Amino acid sequence: MFHGHLNARMLRSALPALSLAVLLAAIFYTQPRAMSYFGLNLMLQYAVPIALATLAQMFVITVNDLDLSIGPFVGLVACIGATYLHDAPALGLFMLAGCIGLYALMGALIHLRNLPSIVVTLGMSFVWLGIAVLVLPTPGGKAPEYLKALMSLQVPLVPFPIVAAVVIALVVQAALMHSSYGVVLRGAGGNPKAVARAGWSMLRAKMIMFGLAGVFGVLSGLSLIGLTTSGDAHIADRYTLYSIAGAILGGAEFVGGRVSPVGAVLGALTLTLAGSFLIFLRVSPDWQIGAQGAILILVLALRALISRGEAR
Amino acid sequence: MQFKKTLISCAAMAMVLGTGVFAAGTIDIQSASADTSAKKIALSNNYAGNSWRQAMLKSWEKVTGQAVSDGIVAEASAFTTSENQVTEQAAQIQNLILQGYDAIVVNAASPDALNGAVKQACDAGIVVVSFDGIVTEPCAWRIAVDFKQMGAIQLDYLAGRIPDGGNLLEIRGLAGVFVDDEIHAGIEEGVAKHSQFKIVGSVHGDWAQEVAQKAVAGILPSLPEVKAVVTQGGDGYGAAQAFKAAGRPTPLIIMGNRQDELAWWKEQKDANGYETMSVSIAPGVSTLAFWVAQQILDGQEVPKDLVVPFLQINQADLETSLETTEKGGVANVEYSLDDAKAVIAGE
Repeated sequence: MFHGHLNARMLRSALPALSLAVLLAAIFYTQPRAMSYFGLNLMLQYAVPIALATLAQMFVITVNDLDLSIGPFVGLVACIGATYLHDAPALGLFMLAGCIGLYALMGALIHLRNLPSIVVTLGMSFVWLGIAVLVLPTPGGKAPEYLKALMSLQVPLVPFPIVAAVVIALVVQAALMHSSYGVVLRGAGGNPKAVARAGWSMLRAKMIMFGLAGVFGVLSGLSLIGLTTSGDAHIADRYTLYSIAGAILGGAEFVGGRVSPVGAVLGALTLTLAGSFLIFLRVSPDWQIGAQGAILILVLALRALISRGEAR
Repeated sequence: MQFKKTLISCAAMAMVLGTGVFAAGTIDIQSASADTSAKKIALSNNYAGNSWRQAMLKSWEKVTGQAVSDGIVAEASAFTTSENQVTEQAAQIQNLILQGYDAIVVNAASPDALNGAVKQACDAGIVVVSFDGIVTEPCAWRIAVDFKQMGAIQLDYLAGRIPDGGNLLEIRGLAGVFVDDEIHAGIEEGVAKHSQFKIVGSVHGDWAQEVAQKAVAGILPSLPEVKAVVTQGGDGYGAAQAFKAAGRPTPLIIMGNRQDELAWWKEQKDANGYETMSVSIAPGVSTLAFWVAQQILDGQEVPKDLVVPFLQINQADLETSLETTEKGGVANVEYSLDDAKAVIAGE
């Protein structure tokens, strides 16, 4: 019995990787040209900012909250990056640090006033968008050269997006899943009462997690303008949904504490590749969102099936 | 094209005016089929949610379908992103690169933010032609609209019709959008040139008849006699309704090629000999971009910046234009290879 339990659990944590492998195989089958350094580089480039945004979302989901403002926040970072960070680096860095601070304060507000995070973050999404439009009223600006250089880095043998994804996933995995304070942070989402009774500050945990979400939101925005070379307030509107879908695909659950950084990154890659796959298949754009949703439901259904086996 | 329409290219205006009528010709296969018959061209489109974009896609399908069956190109597929999002279109362009297209024709969601993906396409040896929503990446071709000229010619027309001048009402588009600023600048320029005209009122009609009607109705009581209304398209019919409701004489209203506007114009023409003109961009500009891409693949020397002709309907063309315009649609014209060559040469 113990054995079966273990197997189901392993299967469940392997599911994100499995779905990614199946999707990759399908893509290589329909478009053999994609099976190359150049092809993977092109297809996965935009997965890097999405993976970072997904990790930001995952931090918030860890403490049993949901962030509906990450998309516009990434857009704001992109606008600051394409204007102040390029023209006046010191001021730009200061503004980005301020953004992260605001994110941490948002976590404090949600905790202290006991507000539903969905409402607070939804409200903040308009604030981020508003500031972004003020910073950059019409699309444009210029990304700093070092960001462009970093994102178009040519690594030998393995395409840069894959290297970046692996590094990001492993660093966050080590910090959140294998450090002692990481356990406390996850506990703050899974069983806040127990963690608080053990003497840990819940306020601090929430602020750290929201602050980390802010940090990864900033990284996401900066990597995004490294790719697009210019900014736009609406550049990342879709990221809110992508990040939630990616985190869930990657094994996170809305009960707090149950997350997987490696899974989240794999989920983001899967979502990005799903888009490519649908274009290669020539699915009409009217159906693409539906088809992406179908892939999501398929993976979740599989997970539910495995979880049922686990419970037994 | 069975009907004749006056296409005025801003750049080639003198030439076109000289020849008078510029009818779409037949496709000249001999000069182009040799080198591009194996080439694949893709359309990357960011939005399909209004009548103009729908007409644009339909024109693309019609003209490129014919070109494919004539063996001029091997393939010309259209791809539209499901939401008007920069990141989505960038990913779409990258996928098109992977699919091995020789040329990508782009109606871009953003002038700057696609530059990264466009550059990658260029680096992969792909010809990128942007139109309507153009991209600023230097390696791409641009088929831009001279919106300023679209405003200026309205005043030129009015100066011919009402030599004594008078008061004008200006209906603008969506505030804060680049197109609105450009057309407005052209109108201002025209007023400076023909100083007998004076703009006595200006409202935002958002390129929508209902909005325009409400806005005009709101400002009318405060206005003196209005001789003419300068517009941006999609607002002429609403303006006419507002004047009628206020019981004021109908001024000379410039139309914007929408079917409801043309229908109203025809009604007035039959009733009292009403005369005006109508100007806008033909959605078929996508087919011009297609031929330009084909010409570049063919090895022709094409300047990086081209100016798209806009579609002007005069009194004499009204009936034929109205007949060929779908209800609720926009007057359209599809371009032939010869038209594209003329535009390329016009630079």
